[in-house]
Amino acid sequence: MYHFLFVPLTLGLSIIIAIMETVYVMTGRPIWRQMTKFWGSLFGINFVLGVATGITMEFQFGMNWSYYSHYVGDIFGAPLAIEGLMAFFLEATFVGLFFFGWDKLSRVGHLVVTWLVAVGSNFSALWILIANGWMQNPVGSQFNPMTMRMEMTSFFDVMFNEVAQAKFVHTVSAGYVTAAVFVLGVSAWYLLKDRHVELARRSIAVAASFGLASALSVVVLGDESGYSVTHSQKMKLAAIEAMWDTEPAPAAFTAFGFPDQEARETHYAIHIPFAMGLIGTRSLTQQIPGINELEQQAEERIRSGILAYDALMTLRSEKEAAPEAVKATFERHSADLGFALLLKRYIDDPREASEEQIVKAAYDTVPRVWPLFWAFRIMVGLGFAFIGVMAYFFYRASFCGMRFPRAALWLAVVTIPAPWIAAELGWFVAEYGRQPWTVDGVLPTALSVSHLSIGEVAFTLAGFVLFYSVLFIIEMGLMLKYIRKGPYFDVSETTAWMEERAARNPRSGTAAQPAE
Amino acid sequence: MILHQLIDFETLRVIWWGLLGVLLIGFALTDGFDMGVGALLPFVARTDVERRVAINTIGPVWEGNQVWFILGGGAIFAAWPPLYAVSFSGFYLAMFLVLAALILRPVAFTYRSKRIDPRWREAWDWALFVGGAVPALIFGVAVGNVLQGVPFRLTEDLMPLYEGSFIGLLNPFALLCGLTSVAMLVMHGGAWLSLKASGPVALRARRYGEGAALVAVAGYAFAGVWLAVGIDSFAFAGPVATDGPSNPLLSEVLHGGSWLNAYAERPWIAIAPLLGFAGALLAWAGLRAGREVSTLLASKLAIFGMISSVGLTMFPFILPSTVDPASSLTVWDSSSSHLTLFVMLVATVVFMPLILMYTAWMLGLFAAAIFAVMSAMWLEMQEDDLLFAKSGQTAKGKADDV
Ligand code: HDD
Ligand code: HEM
Ligand code: HEM
Repeated sequence: MYHFLFVPLTLGLSIIIAIMETVYVMTGRPIWRQMTKFWGSLFGINFVLGVATGITMEFQFGMNWSYYSHYVGDIFGAPLAIEGLMAFFLEATFVGLFFFGWDKLSRVGHLVVTWLVAVGSNFSALWILIANGWMQNPVGSQFNPMTMRMEMTSFFDVMFNEVAQAKFVHTVSAGYVTAAVFVLGVSAWYLLKDRHVELARRSIAVAASFGLASALSVVVLGDESGYSVTHSQKMKLAAIEAMWDTEPAPAAFTAFGFPDQEARETHYAIHIPFAMGLIGTRSLTQQIPGINELEQQAEERIRSGILAYDALMTLRSEKEAAPEAVKATFERHSADLGFALLLKRYIDDPREASEEQIVKAAYDTVPRVWPLFWAFRIMVGLGFAFIGVMAYFFYRASFCGMRFPRAALWLAVVTIPAPWIAAELGWFVAEYGRQPWTVDGVLPTALSVSHLSIGEVAFTLAGFVLFYSVLFIIEMGLMLKYIRKGPYFDVSETTAWMEERAARNPRSGTAAQPAE
Repeated sequence: MILHQLIDFETLRVIWWGLLGVLLIGFALTDGFDMGVGALLPFVARTDVERRVAINTIGPVWEGNQVWFILGGGAIFAAWPPLYAVSFSGFYLAMFLVLAALILRPVAFTYRSKRIDPRWREAWDWALFVGGAVPALIFGVAVGNVLQGVPFRLTEDLMPLYEGSFIGLLNPFALLCGLTSVAMLVMHGGAWLSLKASGPVALRARRYGEGAALVAVAGYAFAGVWLAVGIDSFAFAGPVATDGPSNPLLSEVLHGGSWLNAYAERPWIAIAPLLGFAGALLAWAGLRAGREVSTLLASKLAIFGMISSVGLTMFPFILPSTVDPASSLTVWDSSSSHLTLFVMLVATVVFMPLILMYTAWMLGLFAAAIFAVMSAMWLEMQEDDLLFAKSGQTAKGKADDV
C-alpha cells in the first residue's frame, strides 16, 4: 500500500540521522553536522509524503470500511488515537524544530529534538502495529449482542498481543534496513562519481554497521513473526508453506516448488526434512496442521457459528427476557460467530444456508497459495541477501581502510529498491494471507465494507491513484535533484575544517580514513 | 479490570463529548490560522518574496497543528465508532475532497522552496490556497448538514446505509454555514498574519481580515435566525438510559420542534453564541485599529464561541438522521464501551498536558525569534531574487528555506 512506501525510510532514516548528530555533538566535527543536515533534507522530502498519505489512512476506515469501523472500533480505534496523542504530536512538533531550530537551540538541545523525532516515529509504528496485530490475532475482546460489535475486555491483552509485538520489531527493523540500504547506496554512488568522498565514507560506516545489526534482527525477528503466526493463524502458515496435508511431526520445510491450487499439491517440491517443524513449533513432536485439515476445522466452526447466530437472533429480539438456555448456547458458540458471517456472502440469513454453501464458505478460508508461497520466499531471500551486503561493507569499512571495489559500489547502488520490495511483499503475506478475514476469525472482508456505489469508489480510487502518482513522480524528481546536488549546508565551514586537519596530519586527508 | 468503574459510564460519555469539542476547537484554533493564511495567500502576498514571508510565518508550526485534525479523527474512531462509521462513509465524496486538499498542503509547504522556477512556485501557491479554502468550506457545509439531520439509516445489524447524495449536501443552509466557516478562518488567518508578518503583507492581511470578520458575524447571525425559524430539531420521544448499551436503535426519536428550545431549557449555553459575536466584533475592531496580540485572542474567542454553540445547541444529539430518526446518533447511545472510554481518558490525561507543554514551548521559541528571523530572511530573500533574476535558475550556493 502507498503509505508504506514512505514509512520504512522515515523510520530508519530518523534514527540514522540521530546517530550522526550524536557523533557531531560528541566530537564537535562539522562534517558530521553536514551529514546530519544533508540526510535530514532527504528525510524531509520523504517524511512529508509519509504524512500526506498517512492522513488518508486515518480516515479511510470510516470512508471505505464503515461496518468494520462500527464492529471493531471499540478496540481498533484506541491504539490509533493513542498513536496520535503519543507519537504524531511528538514527531510533528519536533520535526519543525529539527529543520528550523539549528540556530535557536544549543547543540545538545537540538540533538534531543532529533532523537525525539526518531522516538516519535517509532512509537507511531508501535501503536499502529498493535492495531494491525489485533486484526491478525483478536485478543482481549468479546462480542456484545446488545451493541452488535466487539468490545474490549482487556486493554493489556490488546497492548501486549504477542503477534503485535512480533510485528512491531520485525517491521521496525525492516525500516532500519531500508534506510541503511538507502544511505549505503547513495553514498556508494558518490564514491563512484568521486564526489563528497568524506561524507560518503563516513555515511557508509554508519549505514553498514547500523544496517548489519538491523538486517540480522529482521531475519531473527522475522522468524519470531513466523513463530507467532504458527499459533494464531495456522491457515496462513500452511499456505505460506504450501502444506496441503498434515505431516507427521516434525514437518519438512518446502524450500522450492510450484503449488497447484486445483490439484492441492506442490509440484517439483524440494523439501528440507524437519526444518518446518522446528521453525514453526520449536519442538520435534508438535504437529503443524495442513490446509486440508484446517479446511475441515473451518467447516465445523461454521456449523458451530450458525448455532451462535441463531442464539444471537433470539437474544436480540427478546433482549433481557431471553431464556437462560439461549444465553448459554450463545456463550458456548460465540467464538465461532465470525465463521457464520462467512456465509453472508452467499445468503442473508446464515441459518438457512445449504450444505453446499457451507462447503463453499469453508473453501473460502483457504487463501490462494502460490502468491503467498512466492512472496514469502522472495522476502526471506532478500533478507539473507541484505545480511550479506551489509556484512561485506561492514568488513571493508572496518578492516580494509574503507577501500571498496567499484563492482561492490555498483551493487550497493542497485540494491536500493530491494528493501521496498521485501517490505511490500511482507505486507502482502500478512494481509493477503489473512483473507477472507479483515479481523481474523471475527469479521470477513466482504462484510467490512461501506455501502457505496461503484462509481464513488472508482472515482476516489482513481483520484487517489492519480494524485499519488503525480506526487510520487515529483518526490522522485526532488530526491534525485537533491542527491545530485549533494550536501550544500555548512560547506565552507566543513572545508575549512578538512583543510586544517589535512595540514595537521598529512597522512589522513582525503585518502584512507578509518570510520569515525 | 474494575478500575474503570471509578468513573461511571454516563460521566465518561459526557467527558468524551466535551473532549470531542475540545479537539475540534483545538484544530480550528491552531490549524485554523494555517488554513486562513493558505486561503489568503494569493490575495495578501503578490510577489514571491511576500509569499515566502507569509508562508514562513506558519512554516515551523503547521505540521504540529495538523495533528489536531488527525487526532480528531482518531478520537472519533476510538470514542464514537458509530459516528466515525456513519459520517465518513456518508460524506464520502466530501471527505475525499478534504483529504485531497489536506494531502496537497504538507507537500506544498515542503516542496515549494525546492525549485526556483516561478511556475513551480505558483503551482504550489495554488495548492496552498486549495488546501486552506476547501477544507474550511467543507467543514462548514458538514456542520450545516448535521444541524439539519443527515439521510442515513442503520440496519438491524447496525450497518450504516447512506441515502443522500453529494449534491444534496450543498443545500442553501449548509452553504451559508460553509461561507461563515471560511470567513471565520480567514479572519483568524488575517489576525495571525497581522501579528507575525510585516510590511505590505501584514497591511493587506488586516484589510482582508476586517472584511472576513464582518462576513463571519453576518453569516453567523443569519444562520442563527434561519435555525430558529426554518429548521426542525430532534428530541427523544421518552426518557432514555444514559448509561445503556451503545445501540442507537434502542431509543425513539422525534423530528420536529426548534433547536432554540435548548436555550430555554439550559439558558447558560447562551454564553457560547455571545462569545462568538463578541469575539468576532472585537477581532474586527482590533484589525481596524492594528492591535495585534489582542486581535488574535479575540479571534480565538470567536472561534471557540461559534463552534461550541453548535455542539451545545444539539446536545445530546451528535448526528441526527432525517430518514429514520430512530437511527440518530446521540451522546447516550453511540459511544465506545465503558472500558475503552476510560482507557482513552487515562491516555489523554497523561499525554495532553505534555503535548500542550511542548507545543507552548516551541511556539514561545519561535515567537521570540520571529521578528529577527523575518528581517534577516527579508534581506536574504532579496539577495536570492537578485540572483534568480540574473541567472534565470541554476542551483543556489546556500540553503533554501526548508
Ligand atoms: C510500521 C510503521 C507504520 C505503519 C504500518 C503505518 N504507519 Fe502511519 N506513519 C508511520 C508509521 C507507520 C511513521 C513512520 O511514523 C509516519 C511516516 C511519516 C510520519 O510522519 O510518520 C506515519 C505517518 C502517519 C500519519 C501522519 C502523521 C503526522 O502528521 O505526523 C498518519 C495520520 C498515519 N501515519 C496513519 C496511519 C494509519 C491509519 C495506518 C494503518 C492503516 C498507518 N499509519 C500505518
Ligand atoms: C529471513 C528473513 C525473513 C523472515 C523469516 C520473515 C518472516 C516474516 C513473516 C513470517 C511475516 C508474516 C507475519 C504475519 O503474517 O503476521 C513477515 C511479514 C513482513 N515482513 Fe518479513 N521476513 C524476513 C525478511 C524480511 C525483510 C528483509 C523485510 C524488509 C526489509 C521484511 C518485511 C516484512 C514486512 C514489512 C512484513 C509485514 C508486517 C508483519 O506482518 O510483521 N521481512 N515476515
Ligand atoms: C500500512 C499498513 C498496511 C499495508 C501496507 C497493507 C497492505 C495490504 C496488501 C498488500 C494487501 C493485499 C491486497 C490484495 O492483493 O488483495 C492488503 C489487503 C487488505 N488490507 Fe491491508 N495493509 C495495511 C493495513 C491495513 C489495515 C490497517 C487494514 C484495516 C482495515 C487493512 C485491511 C485490508 C483488507 C480488508 C484487505 C483486503 C482487500 C482486498 O482483498 O481487496 N489493511 N493490505
